Amino acid sequence: MANKLLEMKNISKSFPGVQALSEVDFNVDKGEVHALVGENGAGKSTLMKVLTGIHPDYEKGKIFYKGEEVRFKSPAEAQAAGLAIIHQELELIPELTVAENVFLGREPGRGWINKRKLKADTKKIFDKMGIEININKKIKNLTIGKQQMVEIAKAISQDAEIIAMDEPTSSLSQQEVRILFDLIKDLKAEGIGIIYISHHLEEIFEICDRVTVLRDGYKVKEQAVADTDRDEIVRQMVGRDVEDRFPDFKIDEGKPIFEVKNLSVPGLISDVSFEVKKGEIFGLAGLMGSGRSEIARAIYGLYKKRSGDIYLEGRKLNIKSPGDAIDNGVYYLTENRKDEGLIPELSVGENMSLSILEQLTFVRGVISKRKEKNLVKDFISKLDVRTPGPWQLIKNLSGGNQQKVILGRVLSTDPKLIIMDEPTRGIDVGAKHEIYKLMEELAAEGVTIIFISSELPEILNLTSRVGVIYNGRLQGIIDGSEVTQEKIMNLATGGS
Amino acid sequence: MEYASNEQKDKYKEFILQFLDKFKAGIGLLAMVIVMSFLSDRFLTLPNMLNIFRQVSIMGIMAVGMTMVILAQGIDLSVGSILALSGAVTAGMMAGDTSMVLSVLIGLAVGTGLGLFNGLMISKAKLPDFIVTLAMMSIARGLVLVYTGGRPISGFDPAFRTIGGGRVGMVPIPVIIFAVILVIGYLVLNKTTFGRYIYAVGGNQQAARLAGINTDSIKIKVYAISGFLSAVSGVILTSRLNSAQPTAGVAYELDVIAMVVLGGTSLVGGKGTIGGTLIGALIIGVLNNSLNLLGVASFYQEVAKGLVILVAVLLDSLQHRD
Repeated sequence: MANKLLEMKNISKSFPGVQALSEVDFNVDKGEVHALVGENGAGKSTLMKVLTGIHPDYEKGKIFYKGEEVRFKSPAEAQAAGLAIIHQELELIPELTVAENVFLGREPGRGWINKRKLKADTKKIFDKMGIEININKKIKNLTIGKQQMVEIAKAISQDAEIIAMDEPTSSLSQQEVRILFDLIKDLKAEGIGIIYISHHLEEIFEICDRVTVLRDGYKVKEQAVADTDRDEIVRQMVGRDVEDRFPDFKIDEGKPIFEVKNLSVPGLISDVSFEVKKGEIFGLAGLMGSGRSEIARAIYGLYKKRSGDIYLEGRKLNIKSPGDAIDNGVYYLTENRKDEGLIPELSVGENMSLSILEQLTFVRGVISKRKEKNLVKDFISKLDVRTPGPWQLIKNLSGGNQQKVILGRVLSTDPKLIIMDEPTRGIDVGAKHEIYKLMEELAAEGVTIIFISSELPEILNLTSRVGVIYNGRLQGIIDGSEVTQEKIMNLATGGS
Repeated sequence: MEYASNEQKDKYKEFILQFLDKFKAGIGLLAMVIVMSFLSDRFLTLPNMLNIFRQVSIMGIMAVGMTMVILAQGIDLSVGSILALSGAVTAGMMAGDTSMVLSVLIGLAVGTGLGLFNGLMISKAKLPDFIVTLAMMSIARGLVLVYTGGRPISGFDPAFRTIGGGRVGMVPIPVIIFAVILVIGYLVLNKTTFGRYIYAVGGNQQAARLAGINTDSIKIKVYAISGFLSAVSGVILTSRLNSAQPTAGVAYELDVIAMVVLGGTSLVGGKGTIGGTLIGALIIGVLNNSLNLLGVASFYQEVAKGLVILVAVLLDSLQHRD
């Protein structure tokens, strides 16, 4: 067929002990956006790595690109052929400018870089994309959204005919998502094939033509987006019915247990005050960079120049470090699981026991392996962490299971207040649901939760009240009975 | 379903891979020993083996401290200079009629103090470890020259000589001290909360901090331990030579770091063992000893040592490449 751009047939790939892909078919037509979905560990990334030459050693299957059989040996080879992949973690060089990044390794001129041409060529690409950007700015000074545009520009500059995007919207603001989608529509119109990997199913219905669902390395189903719906895809992903995606909550009318008064950190947040009741799930919403996480980090003792007071159970807390916070029953679950949560070279068990280790000893300072083992076993079964055993290195688990291990670390300290920052980011639907359920159980047991999320549906469904942050200030608090997405967005963009 | 048996199989496979990964340095050492035992009659004899252990004990003791520093994602370039200053201070005290025990304690305190200073600069003042310990390397060496006036210090209580020169049965005392420190190092890293925190800080400092660990304190302690163990080596070396040399320990940091790296400890932190460091130390020891027995000129020995390090690191990197 003339408009078949890419055909992957019967692809199988295994790693020691894991069959990552089993006879998977996947193809992309010209001008098509083909979504690839599945829980973490379903094989999406491996399939992309097979395609782009990172894993050239797949055991079975063939890849046809523009009608010819290919087997790319390296990402560079795939790139040269017109296959670009935009990873979840962007691969730009922060100290170089936009233009320098777009043409990195392919600078015009011989030996000396022809800067004028470099800039002109870059500008041409962004003009074509309809994106406004200062091409002389260093990457580190751009928002993540803009950085993503630079990655796309880079792909376009290489005359890419297929662009694979891995979770492209995971750190974009809603406005940036709109720009991205417009751009995808333009790319489509030019006949570029797009592989779209995402956990956000709404996006798939908005932007994609076809969707392929993977589960445990198998292709479950390929279907036109128009012929399916969200619930059906979720069922295909998890292999079972997920009843209510969000559990229901009753608002606890207890006393305020946690109070923040006039919390400020120069340049980040100013004059934030709120209170949370015992067993309440209090939402904190706001756009990326609004200061949501900074409030949490200030409470957790991560900033030196903090002013304002924090009270827990009527007692004023003097938190100067995360250690102090944990000792006082306050725990912050970071949004950057990889950079700030995991200790990759330690095992599941060692990662889990880290915050409570001082209490798992015979005598001060000497670990009791038995006590440690018992604690870890408890939490592995309680949180249903899927791991071959506590000895497994945490880096070998899927995102959802890693998050459960870190949650085990949090819960092991028996906290009174947990601040969860994007706890479901980058994890699969099934694990998300388990985390929602866990939050419900914790709240019922009287644990107070501050829940920070960019996904408004999560916030709407889980919290009793929502504080909205704009520009480092608490713009307003909306009561659970009145909260809507529109109201949150209004406050989050500076409305009142 | 054969799910369970697969899981079991995975576990074995993982175990074997980890076993090979863990013991590749040991396998290399064994290979060297076997080859050498054919090449030289004198190699595989008890006196020569004890000789090798005695030769590596001084740097090996420092390597135990360096292992902790590198595990915590640091580096300590000042170990050789701290060794020299601690040795010189101990010697100077004794020459000035201070009692042997007190002199040794003061020498150890000096080394520990300088290590502590390194740790404070790195964790509290947030200066790069490479620069701080490079500066300390120069400062401590300078202080040695000032303190000794550039001349060796000698003339001690004969009892002092037993530390570096004595034997228990056939076993030299430095080897016994090295063994004790190895065991303590192993226990600290594997059985204590402090040891676990060293791995955590080296594996991901920010994550360790958010998990409530006082990462600054861990870093300070590691450098203090490295300073202390350098001082221990300084005392032993001074005793063995029966004098404190102003140039003692020059370039020791390189061999000490080589021992740690040959033992499989990752320079990016968070991964490695004391057992590995022992193997690494023995590889350096066997290599030096073999080249001597084979009559290779000392200049070439340096080249050979460098090549061995390169090959070892190369093998490691090839193995971990995707």
